[in-house]
Amino acid sequence: MGMTGVLRPGHAAVRVLDMKEAMHFYGEVLGLIETGRDSYGRVYYRAWDERDHNSIILREADQAGIDFFGFKVDSPATLDKLEADVRAYGYPTERIPAGDLLQTGERVRFEIASGHAIELYAEKGKANSPQMVDNPPPWNPESERGIAPIRFDHGLLYGPDIEKVQDFFVNVLGFYLTEQILLEDGKTQLAIWLACSNKAHDIAFVRHPEPNKLHHVSFLLESWEKVLRAADIMSMNRISIDMGPTRHGVTRGTTIYAFDPSGNRFETFAGGYQTYPDWDPLTWTWEEVGAAVYYHDRQLNPAFLEVVT
Amino acid sequence: MATHTVRFVETGETLACNDRLTLLQAMERLGRKGIPVGCRNGGCGVCKVRVLEGSCERRVMSRAHVAIEEESAGYALACRIIPTSDLCVTVIGKMGRAFARPGQDRKLTGE
Repeated sequence: MGMTGVLRPGHAAVRVLDMKEAMHFYGEVLGLIETGRDSYGRVYYRAWDERDHNSIILREADQAGIDFFGFKVDSPATLDKLEADVRAYGYPTERIPAGDLLQTGERVRFEIASGHAIELYAEKGKANSPQMVDNPPPWNPESERGIAPIRFDHGLLYGPDIEKVQDFFVNVLGFYLTEQILLEDGKTQLAIWLACSNKAHDIAFVRHPEPNKLHHVSFLLESWEKVLRAADIMSMNRISIDMGPTRHGVTRGTTIYAFDPSGNRFETFAGGYQTYPDWDPLTWTWEEVGAAVYYHDRQLNPAFLEVVT
Repeated sequence: MATHTVRFVETGETLACNDRLTLLQAMERLGRKGIPVGCRNGGCGVCKVRVLEGSCERRVMSRAHVAIEEESAGYALACRIIPTSDLCVTVIGKMGRAFARPGQDRKLTGE
């Protein structure tokens, strides 16, 4: 397949209540690599197998949650085109200068119907060291330190008007719907999963009355065994686990939901399937919403729909 | 290690809480219920309580859920307070029924 336009989730900026605690968690327990700090006090991380300079950006604030979620696009020309398309759709856009985020080119930011700030950008500094790209070994010390996810993979965001969110992502940004959960009426969507690649999801949304909420940012692991290892590391470090290890019906991913020290949920997951844009979306009915989210328990925990930052 | 007694005004139930655990941890470890459990880390707000009597140590908690003026009126997140005396508390946070539908309003969690 040819992957063009929007390539992948590239960065998420997460608010933390205490930077020192957050850095211990993201750097040592989750095992991301710190790649920089900026004049605003933001701290930058990437996962060991990522090729760009940063993917997770932390900012200390008096409330937890997400500042913005960014997608990398394939070129500056695509960035210009998508900026025009977003404006033509009726959403105002803002250009944030190159360098505002470390080693990151110009970003185009806009607010979507769910209240989230979404960004597109075409350029980010490369993290490639010769060890990573010339005769690379299959693993290295950084891939074994802490939970050590392969990459920042996707996010699940909560807010209103998710049908408008879907229309925008599909018709402006070129995503496609991979899965959905419907409410009792058999029509209204409770949740949507969207892909810009052949991953089962690059971003997902759950309908929620409050705008601009974060359910989780997700990190990819290689195997179910690594998911179990992640659970061990979480318990060893007294990390607050929400659910799992278990499996999602949606995407078939094996998963743990847990919370960072500021209460922002994160996921460590493995598996899932590959999709193609010509596939019909998978639909979960209201009767099976429990199995859609937690395949083994077949019931939601109250926190899935209620606990967000 | 000192042990303090936390009394919930709605039910009259009491909970023994040592000075190394947060109120929420003390409740969860005994398998007790009463305060909704969310992120356990001061971010989500579902375990909001109001301390009516007694003193406690407070850790940083999200201002989205406990404003400064509320904090001085005794409001807190149970996951971020460690009792330093016997306490009398009332539970504010609710884990509501969240299945939001278009046009349907619901009370915000813990607000």
